Amino acid sequence: MKGVQELVDSLHPLERKVLPILKDNIGLKDVERFSNLTEVEATRALQWLESKGVITTNKVPYEMVDLGPNGSLYVSQGLPEKRFLKSLPCSFAQLERKTGLNKDEVTISIGLLKRKGFIKLGKEVSMTQEGKDFLATETPEEYFLKLLPLSTINMNKEQKLIMNELLKRKDIIRRENRNSLTVNMTRLGKDLQKIKLKENMLDAVTPLVLKEGSWRNKEFRRYDVKTPVSRVYGGRRHFVNQAVDYARRVWLELGFKEMPGPILNTSFWNFDALFTPQDHPARELQDTFFIKNPAKGRLPDDKLVKAVRLAHENGSNSGSTGWRYSWNPDEAKKNVLRLIKRENFFYKMEKLKESDLPAKFFAIGRVFRNETLDWSHLAEFNQFEGIVVDPNANFRHLLGYLKNFITKIGFEKARFRPGGFPYTEPSVEIEAYDSYHNQWVELGGAGVFRPEVVIPLLGKDIPVLAWGPGLDRQMIKYYDIKDLRDLYRNDMQQLREMKVWLK
Amino acid sequence: MPTVILNRKVVEDSLGRKMSDETLSERIAMIGTDLKQLTKKEIHVEIFPNRPDMLSEQGFARALSSFIGAKKGLKKYSIKKSGIKVIVDRDLKDIRPYTVAAVVKNLKLDEEKIDEIIQIQEKLHTTFCRNRKKAAIGIYPLERITPPIYFKAMEPAKIKFMPLDIHREMNAYQILENHPKGKEYSHLLKGCRKYPVFMDSKNNVMSLTPIINSELTGKITPKTKEAFIEVSGHDLAYQETCLNIIAAALADMGAHVYSVDVMYGNKKITTPNLDPCKRKLNFDNVNRLLGLELSKQEIINLLSRMGYGYSGNDVLVPAYRADIKHEIDLIEDIAIAYGFENFKEEIPNVATIGQEDPIEVFKRKISEILVGMGMLETYTNCLTNKPNQCEKNNLKLNLVEVANPSTEDYTTLRSVLYPSLLEVFSTNKHNEYPQNIFEIGRVFNFGKSETGVVEDEILSAALCHKEADLTRIKQVVDTLLSGLGLSYSIESVDHPSFIIGRVASLKIGSAEIAVMGEVHPQVLENWEIEMPVSLFELNVSELFKVLNQ
Repeated sequence: MKGVQELVDSLHPLERKVLPILKDNIGLKDVERFSNLTEVEATRALQWLESKGVITTNKVPYEMVDLGPNGSLYVSQGLPEKRFLKSLPCSFAQLERKTGLNKDEVTISIGLLKRKGFIKLGKEVSMTQEGKDFLATETPEEYFLKLLPLSTINMNKEQKLIMNELLKRKDIIRRENRNSLTVNMTRLGKDLQKIKLKENMLDAVTPLVLKEGSWRNKEFRRYDVKTPVSRVYGGRRHFVNQAVDYARRVWLELGFKEMPGPILNTSFWNFDALFTPQDHPARELQDTFFIKNPAKGRLPDDKLVKAVRLAHENGSNSGSTGWRYSWNPDEAKKNVLRLIKRENFFYKMEKLKESDLPAKFFAIGRVFRNETLDWSHLAEFNQFEGIVVDPNANFRHLLGYLKNFITKIGFEKARFRPGGFPYTEPSVEIEAYDSYHNQWVELGGAGVFRPEVVIPLLGKDIPVLAWGPGLDRQMIKYYDIKDLRDLYRNDMQQLREMKVWLK
Repeated sequence: MPTVILNRKVVEDSLGRKMSDETLSERIAMIGTDLKQLTKKEIHVEIFPNRPDMLSEQGFARALSSFIGAKKGLKKYSIKKSGIKVIVDRDLKDIRPYTVAAVVKNLKLDEEKIDEIIQIQEKLHTTFCRNRKKAAIGIYPLERITPPIYFKAMEPAKIKFMPLDIHREMNAYQILENHPKGKEYSHLLKGCRKYPVFMDSKNNVMSLTPIINSELTGKITPKTKEAFIEVSGHDLAYQETCLNIIAAALADMGAHVYSVDVMYGNKKITTPNLDPCKRKLNFDNVNRLLGLELSKQEIINLLSRMGYGYSGNDVLVPAYRADIKHEIDLIEDIAIAYGFENFKEEIPNVATIGQEDPIEVFKRKISEILVGMGMLETYTNCLTNKPNQCEKNNLKLNLVEVANPSTEDYTTLRSVLYPSLLEVFSTNKHNEYPQNIFEIGRVFNFGKSETGVVEDEILSAALCHKEADLTRIKQVVDTLLSGLGLSYSIESVDHPSFIIGRVASLKIGSAEIAVMGEVHPQVLENWEIEMPVSLFELNVSELFKVLNQ
């Protein structure tokens, strides 16, 4: 009985109003009438009671009858036959103009009124005495239209006849199928009705209740604590930025300094300073976004430009043969959207002094690739780059930094393979094991900068470790996204409901 | 980077052993090529541009067999003299100055072998030769040619021959205009008054290089036992390396290689020369850079696993290697031979102090305040287009344009940020309101800098719901700026994207840092947004400067 009592105590005020009047086969309309509730309130109370197993409901189909477009007009202006009568007597020729009715309505009115003997047709149309009486009284049709809307359940026989008559005429009334509720009491419901409902239960704590102390010696209505609630959406950082911020923290913890830099650069910083020869495939149109306007920028100071030119042409003093071609400064002036962020470091590296070493930098931001877009290729995406300028740095350190990062962003295993980039030697392809798809996935490239890259910037050959893994792979794994494009879809529902980055 | 398809059987025959899928996949990955697919018959592998010598089955197998330890060390090639001469015309100086050549005999060709040779030629053409720009390779049946051979410059109208696959004579103009290869490569001869031609001593045109060979004297068939091979271009050393790569591959195929004397006036160059090139290597540098403690002998052994020899105090670099510019390239190969998987990763004990970019800290603080006000952060592209930046917002802007957009959607960079947010609203009409969003992103405008473009970090925040109006967006700005401890002044302004009389600019001191207002219904209609929007756009870079003054 404890369960039943708890149930009684948790009844909502609406339910408490409805419960005593319920009996088998009672309809919604009667519930409304006896409980003095609106249709919405009564329906809601019945729904709650049904969900608690107190009642079951049946749906009974019925038709709802309401005014059609012509019906509304007729209620305000009168039925056409009455308007017709009001204009009499009148010649045939002037009927339409004088009655304000259209041709069809005139024809129907004449037929109907003649049949009932309300008019005489001679040289002109005139009214009979019956017609005058008819005009003075309210017809059953007019009365019926005023009663609408009506449900077929609540109609008497006579009203149904009028309805059928009116349905024959155009757009005066319309019918709509609906369902009506009838109630059946369950066993629990019948038990419940036997229990006396407590009077004066408190529904809520209000300032007044507190002020008056009226809560003393009273009980609060119980809530059903299991009731599901509608979701409330708060503000959120974009889920990509949550991951980006985490990656930033990983590098900070390792003692790296963040380096900002422009997205748009000259080819000089993006390619030439990186010892990428001017005819390298990466500098062709299909990989890089070039800028039409402003198409070219200016080169930095002559000393640096000369050092880079010589590195390309003959290796300069680096001990390298260089690429052996004639370096074209115009090619280096071409503006591009950065493919990699390493040039950010170059601005900085150029200014490093001996006493600044060892130095460690990272950069996070957007890079661009002019590729056909599909689930695994985006034109714009995030990349993380780092460099270590350290006279004592070696290849094992490079792998160490990378492994730490890859493990921290959530991959269990990392693998390093030989790669091929024009600016690093040794060059590394970074791969991580995706245990979900059981395969190695590429995260990006890394390596030790070639002397031809380092010497023009630093003046001498110091080991510089560099890397540029992306984070997209890990993000789609963590956020369970199939298509990279979904990372930047900006769908409000996705932004509101996406789980947060938990690291 | 090219993905090449290699015949697995030919590779395994050259290796002299069969390998399991697993071992083969793993070894291929660790030698520095990227395995894409492995089937019973084929190896699909991506070759990095620095190793053109690995583009052929023979070259790939050669590298792999020393790497797995089957045939270590420098491979020796013996070359006999063919006695054939190529005479180079001085007029070619400004057109295509250099050629090198070789003769190969003992070719046992069938359709499959011919296909292999053409594949090598094509793969080199598209990669190392940069689509025939840096070098072009021609292969001819020797029995159809009468030496000596002339490499000369001729007037296009006088160059007449039957090009490959076309059974009628054409002149050079007609070839460039009508032949498929002519159309594809005509740009390489653009502006030349004379064209480069190989011709034999009976005045038969062998080829119009770098376009097409002759059907009569420049087509190898299963009957071809001996072939003449030339490489022409603008850099002698580059042509030599290219020829060495082909000659070594054909020698590995079983052919005998013979040298050719190329005459530049009185100067004679004999090619190919497959003798190794000598390079010094400092063993300390190897250990220092790789973080290892290898003995001299260990290093020499590792070198032999990558096909190098060692003699006296010199590393012997194979003549087909195109990528050895510096000692560092040898050190990388030593690392590959050592095995990347065998390096013990280490984070060195180096104390440096981490530091976040101060503007990033500032941006995060701003985001925190806005998120606290229930706003969602969006993430939109910097790449956009003119209609989305200008017309839809009733703006006239000078936009930074992309020269080679891949789609119409991405033809410019954005100059203002709020259109990106309006676009988000226009694609989210099916989602629940209120929609209150913000973003901090980069915008691009013409200005003084190395590139001629100045980039700023911009914050834009927008409200989209039934009651989004100036008051409500002003509350957001006010909460943000007072949260940052700043006082500001507001002035009424005109702005084409907003309703007149409901838009204002915001100043801190004399610096104008933001504009805010109710978006004009015409702009909303342009974006097909059916809900009021009020927004502000604030220059974070500028604000950051003001704060730090």
